Amino acid sequence: MDLTLSPSELEFREEVRTWIEENHPGPEPEAGLEEVMAFRREWQLKMHAAGWAGISWPKEYGGRGATMIEQAIFVGEAARLEAPSPANVLGLAMGGPVVIAHGTDAQKQRYLEPILTGEEIWCQGFSEPESGSDLASLKTKAVKDGDEWVVTGQKVWTTFAQYAKWCMLVARTDPDAPKHKGLTYFLMDMEQEGVEAKPLVQITGEGEFNEVFMDEARIPDANVVGEVGGGWGVAITTLMNERAGLAFGAIAQVANSLKRLGALAAETRLNGGTAAEDPVIRQRLAQLHIEAETMRLNAYRGLTKTMQSGIPGPEGSLGKWQWADINQRMAELALEIEGAYAPLSRGDEHAVAGGAWQYSFLRSRANSIEGGTTDILKNIIAERVLGLPRLR
Amino acid sequence: MYFDLTDEQQAIKSTAHDLLAARYKSERIRELAESEHGFEQPDWDEMAELGWTGLALPEEWGGQGLGIVELAVLFEEMGYAMAPSPLFSNTIAGLALSLCGSDDQRERYLRPLAEGKLRGTPALWDADGPGTVGDFTMEARAEGDGIVLDGEKVLVMDAAAADFFLVATSDGRRHLVERGADGITVTPSTSIDLTRRLYSVRFDGVEVAAGETMPGEAADYYPVFFRLCVALAAESTGIAQRALEMAVEYAKDRQQFGRPIGAYQAVSHRCAQMLLETENSRSAVYGAAWAADAEPASLPKAASMAKAYASDAGWRVPDASIQVHGGIGFTWEHDLHFFLKRGRANASMFGDSKWHRDRVADAVLAEAAEPVSA
Repeated sequence: MDLTLSPSELEFREEVRTWIEENHPGPEPEAGLEEVMAFRREWQLKMHAAGWAGISWPKEYGGRGATMIEQAIFVGEAARLEAPSPANVLGLAMGGPVVIAHGTDAQKQRYLEPILTGEEIWCQGFSEPESGSDLASLKTKAVKDGDEWVVTGQKVWTTFAQYAKWCMLVARTDPDAPKHKGLTYFLMDMEQEGVEAKPLVQITGEGEFNEVFMDEARIPDANVVGEVGGGWGVAITTLMNERAGLAFGAIAQVANSLKRLGALAAETRLNGGTAAEDPVIRQRLAQLHIEAETMRLNAYRGLTKTMQSGIPGPEGSLGKWQWADINQRMAELALEIEGAYAPLSRGDEHAVAGGAWQYSFLRSRANSIEGGTTDILKNIIAERVLGLPRLR
Repeated sequence: MYFDLTDEQQAIKSTAHDLLAARYKSERIRELAESEHGFEQPDWDEMAELGWTGLALPEEWGGQGLGIVELAVLFEEMGYAMAPSPLFSNTIAGLALSLCGSDDQRERYLRPLAEGKLRGTPALWDADGPGTVGDFTMEARAEGDGIVLDGEKVLVMDAAAADFFLVATSDGRRHLVERGADGITVTPSTSIDLTRRLYSVRFDGVEVAAGETMPGEAADYYPVFFRLCVALAAESTGIAQRALEMAVEYAKDRQQFGRPIGAYQAVSHRCAQMLLETENSRSAVYGAAWAADAEPASLPKAASMAKAYASDAGWRVPDASIQVHGGIGFTWEHDLHFFLKRGRANASMFGDSKWHRDRVADAVLAEAAEPVSA
């Protein structure tokens, strides 16, 4: 057992730290998604020039070929120093790894470089209005027409679809096959007549997510990833990559939020003292710290296991569940500490901490829904970790 | 970076697991729960032979020279097996002598203790004192070169089978007193936990010679305290693990409405919650155990985190397991009640979760005063 970094890992961390500190462009613009995307594109170009984009990708595909622990260090440092997100986050975390794992040589040649530079943004077309947690029941259909596929249907919760060039689309190509077997994974060009993206306004007032409507959209046969009918397996690779990458960034982000929560408690007057002296608030703050620490340590245990076996296990679901829960409870406690000021949000001159906790209270409601609901994660844990029988 | 047991640690775990499973079957635990001392000498001798009585004690004094990680591995298995044994009280006495005793005291008490020839136990809480940690009321009244002790200590583990006590006084000192000394009366207490014996010990004008007071002062016992908290949290983790396994096994087996109950999400999600709490508890324990061995400066916070979390999980997971079992889980005949009771008793010993969380709050609020991107 050794919870320390090796000298070479420490050196790597120093390199990451120095690079981020020297190149950090400051906080993201608060107004408008357009401005935010432009800002993130610029940041991704900087990352790419220094070889940090596609850190987990093998060197032969333009990545850095970093070890798992180095990836964890990079993601953790970037989150700790509050570096911006790269513009093409889904392309880097999911699209690229899927093309590398399942794509043809021609696909690798065509798609990988523009993912790394951020020149082409990617989005993910999995969920549908009637297929959320039960993803394999999706209905968007793709019909073969010569050497093309004709796609009709609707996707939802498609992050950044309005900026995307490529969509990782899962569609039903064989309506007669059992539901997991009739699916195919496509790369769909978003810039065509038959595709329309409409932003969904979420409870924060922003529009990160979209509905995507496909009305006889066309996809060349060359854009099938993996086998026709093998889309489910490819989709699972995508989701595994999504979950594996999140943990260490989430941990660093929680650590920052906990520090701010402590500072908020220390600055807030309550009953003639400060909120930091209130026994109930102290108990809840400490409990959040303890659970955040167990989440961090669980992630290290998981990393050790994954480094030995090569594949992230279903235990990763514990971490995602726990992160969502901690994130929500931090914001809930912050609003309680703010007391009567709790409703005042971003843009109000009397808002506490610029309304940051109000935003986080609202945004974190999605944490237990996005990327696998907590309820579904509990099913996964019950079935795949504990071996309990399936309900279905 | 390697956060898992090494091959050697894994070997300690599987040896302990197999041996304890063979020794402490349900009927045996029940027999011991009703026996005079709550354990039997042959079990003790076997543990001594395996080196468990001196596992984390220095080789120089007859111990195995292993660390707190190994100690946590062992106590996790002790909890898993619900083994009734004075090993925990003895481990505390050993750590205290090792960290706070004089060489002469170590020669006379620590070496035989490490070898399993003598047993010791701490006598800490005073009958008229508060239940909080480190707040002792018994006075060390000077007389001649030594002192005289009067009063009553409560919650003394395994006192009737101990050879000596480490008696705490209001000045924060500990004194070595043999159980057979004049003026000592040991009375069994009635506890919900039938697998760990508690006693009250009366001291009526008990004379303690100068050489029997340990040189360690109040603050010197903190390193002992944090280490024993980690061992106890490890035991509670093992208790949670076993209760979780019992629930999962039962949920797979028990049929209602034509299906195994584990297929229903009300039950399976409860089991998932039990797994989360058990794994969190384990991570917190091993994080703290590693800190004790490799990074002592971070031990106080890590140990309080582990003890706080495992105190809750150690009884809540058995409690949830009883709920999964339904009526059968509430019967005396089922073993689950031993796990609930030990888990709840552990939660209250050496600082409950509230006490430890308050210490964590102190530590993290001090850190929050530093800037975010420091």
